Amino acid sequence: MTQDPNVEAQVAPTEVGANAAEAGDRAVMTEPHDAYSDHEVITPHAVDGHVASRLDPDAPAVLEVEDLKMYFPVKSSGLVRRTIGHVQAVDGISFQVPKGGSLGLVGESGCGKSTTGRLITRLYQPTGGSMMFEGQDLAKLSNREMKPLRRDVQMIFQDPYTSLNPRHTVGAIVGAPLAVHGVVPKNKILSRVQELLEVVGLNPEHYNRYPNEFSGGQRQRIGIARALTLNPKLLVADEPVSALDVSIQAQVINLLQDLQKEFDIAFLFIAHDLAVVRHFCPEVAVMYLGKIVEIADRETLYSKPYHPYTQALLSAVPDVKQAAIGGRRERIRLEGDVPSPINPPSGCRFRTRCSLAQEICAKVEPPLLQIGPRHKVACHFAGELGQHPVAPVTAGLLGVDDHGSPTSSGPAATPLTSGPGYEKEWFDVKSRQMTSGAAG
Amino acid sequence: MTDDLKAFEVVDERKGSSRSEGVRSLRADAWHDLRRNPLFWISAALIVLFVVMAIAPGLFTNTSPRETVLSEARTPPSSENWFGRDVQGYDLYARCIYGARASILVGVFAAAGTAIIGTIFGLLAGYASGATDAVVGRVAEIFFALPLILGAVVILTALPPSDEYFVIVFKVVLVFWILGWPTIFRLMRSSVMQVRPNDYVQAARALGGSPWRIVTSHILPNAIAPVIVVSTINLGVYISAEATLSFLGIGLQPPTISWGVMISDALVAMRSAPHVLLFPAAFLSLAVLAFIMLGDAVRDAFDPKSR
Repeated sequence: MTQDPNVEAQVAPTEVGANAAEAGDRAVMTEPHDAYSDHEVITPHAVDGHVASRLDPDAPAVLEVEDLKMYFPVKSSGLVRRTIGHVQAVDGISFQVPKGGSLGLVGESGCGKSTTGRLITRLYQPTGGSMMFEGQDLAKLSNREMKPLRRDVQMIFQDPYTSLNPRHTVGAIVGAPLAVHGVVPKNKILSRVQELLEVVGLNPEHYNRYPNEFSGGQRQRIGIARALTLNPKLLVADEPVSALDVSIQAQVINLLQDLQKEFDIAFLFIAHDLAVVRHFCPEVAVMYLGKIVEIADRETLYSKPYHPYTQALLSAVPDVKQAAIGGRRERIRLEGDVPSPINPPSGCRFRTRCSLAQEICAKVEPPLLQIGPRHKVACHFAGELGQHPVAPVTAGLLGVDDHGSPTSSGPAATPLTSGPGYEKEWFDVKSRQMTSGAAG
Repeated sequence: MTDDLKAFEVVDERKGSSRSEGVRSLRADAWHDLRRNPLFWISAALIVLFVVMAIAPGLFTNTSPRETVLSEARTPPSSENWFGRDVQGYDLYARCIYGARASILVGVFAAAGTAIIGTIFGLLAGYASGATDAVVGRVAEIFFALPLILGAVVILTALPPSDEYFVIVFKVVLVFWILGWPTIFRLMRSSVMQVRPNDYVQAARALGGSPWRIVTSHILPNAIAPVIVVSTINLGVYISAEATLSFLGIGLQPPTISWGVMISDALVAMRSAPHVLLFPAAFLSLAVLAFIMLGDAVRDAFDPKSR
C-alpha cells in the first residue's frame, strides 16, 4: 500500500477502526479562536489544532457561476400534461469558488441551495446561465462531454443513509468511480480503496462490509471517500453534516478541513447551520428564494451584515457570550412563510417579510451591488443593523426615484457589477459614490 | 510485486475473519431467514418432488400413461393400480406422474417469461419516465384490461393447431406471457420509482456512470425483490390457470397429459368414479400450494416488515 505518512498524521488514528476513532477523537466545543464580533456562536473546534479556514484573497477562481437559473416545470394533472408554471428554484445567481478555498451557501429550506449544488454537479441541466470550470462551461456540455470533468467535480450528500447503495460493499462503493472512469487497472482498485478508507479514518479492513454495518458518521466518511476517489478539484458538499449527531459533526468537519489542506480541494459548502459554515468557509453567500441576497467574506458577513435577511438569520443563532452574562441578544423575528417560488413577489423577493420594505422594493428588484472589497448585497436599504438608510441607496444607480418610479435622468453611467467576482472599485453605501477604499 | 502479494494474503485473511464475525449481505440475510422457516422447507421439498417428477417420471412408475385397458375402466384404487383407472382405462397414478411435466413447464416458463418482460418494461418506464413511461403504461393497461379467459380463448383459437408436445405447451405459455406481463410491469415500475430518487443513484450519476450501469448495478438489484416474490407466487397461479384453460378444452390438448386435461376428462364420470377426479385435483392443489407457500416464505425473508 502506498499510504502517505503525512495523511496518517493528519487524520485520527485508524488502527482500531472508525468506532474507536469516533469515540476517542470526540471534538471539544470551545470558543473559536478567531472570534470576530458579538455574534458569538458555538463552533465545532477540535483540540488538535483545527482552526477556521482562512481566506486567500488572491487565489484564482476554480469555478465561476454567472446568472445561473433552474426553473422546474409544473405540470397540470390529467391526460394532457401542460406546463402551467415554473418553480424558480434558482433564479440568476452568480458567485465564484476560489481554488483550494471554500464558499459557504446558506439559507432556509427550499431556498435553492441544494439545487445549486446539483446544478454544478450536473445532476440537473440548468435552464440558463454559465458555470465556468477550467475554461469549460459546465452548463453547456453534453452528458458525454461532461464525463471527464466529473472526475474533477464531485459531491458529498446530506443523508448518509440513502447515499450508499445497501447492496454494495464499501469496497464496491468507494471503488466505483475508478471502475466507471477506468483510471486504475482492476487489480489495483482494492489497494486504492483501502488507502482512501484510511484517509477518511475508517478501518481499511472493512472494505468488504455493507453500509448497514456502519454508523451515520462512518457512512458519511464512506461517502466522502467515494467523492475523493478521483482526486476532485471541486467538492460540492450538500449539508454534509446536518444529518449527523453534533459530536460527529465536528469530526466530519475537521476531516473535510484536513482533506482540503492535504489535497487542495475547493469546496462549495451548502448548509443551513451558520456556525458550521462560519468555521469552514472564509466566504459565505446567503440565499433567499432562489437568489443570493448577500455575499461577503466571513468577517464582514458575521459582524456587519447589511441585508435584513442576513441580520435576521444571524440573530437566530444562539449567543454564548450574552447568555453567560445573563443577557440575550434581541432576536429579529421574521413574519410569515417563504413565498411560493412558483409565483415569487415582484421586485425584491424578501419584501413580504422585511421590516424595511417600501414602495420601491415592490417595483424594482435590487441588484447584487458590491459595497465593499469583498462584500455584495442586494437591498435598496442596505446598511448595518439599526443603521439602515431612510432613502434607498440604489435609486440613483438604477435611475429611479425614491418610490421606484423611473426618473428622466435614466440609470447612472456606472455599470452595476453582478458578475461572479469582485471589482477593484465598489459603491460605498454611506457616501453613495464609487470608491476603491484608498480614500476612506 | 512482493507488496502486491502481501496485500493479497492480507485480503484473504480479512475475508475469513469478517465472515466469522457474522457479516452478511442482504441476500445472505434473506437466506438466513429462509433457512429458519419450516414453511420454506415443506414447500421446497414438495417442489423438488414435483420437479423430479417432471424431469424423470420413470423413477416413479414403470407403467406407461398411454397404455389403456378398456375392460378395467373406472376401477377404483387397488394394490395393482394405486389410484385406480380412469374412464379410458388409463392408469391414473402413471398419468398423474406424467402430468407434472406439462404443469411445471407451463408454470416455470410463464412465471419466468412474465418476470423478464415485466421487469424490462418496468425498468424502462420507471427509469426513463416521461413519454416512454406514458406509452408503455398505456400499452400495459390495454393488456391488463383483457380478461384472462377471454384473451386466452381468442389467442389460442387464433393460433394454428399442432400435435407437437412442446408447441402445445408453448402456446399456453405464450398466452400467459401476453396477458400476464402487465402485473409484473406495474410492480417493477413502482419499485423502480421508489429506488430512483435515492442519493446513491444520484451519486452514481454524479460519478459519470452510464444509464446502463446505473440501472443494472443500482436500480435493478434494489427494486427486484417484490418481483421475485410475486413471480414465485405466480408460478402456482399459472399452474392452476393452465388447469383452468385445459379444463375448458382450450389449453393443453390430448394427447398431452396434464392435470387440467385429466380433470376435464374426469367430469363425465364424476359421480360413478369420483377417484378419477380426486387424484389429479389433489396433485394440482398440492403443487399450487407448494409454490404459493414458497412465495410467502420468500416474501417474509426479503421484506420482514410485511409479515
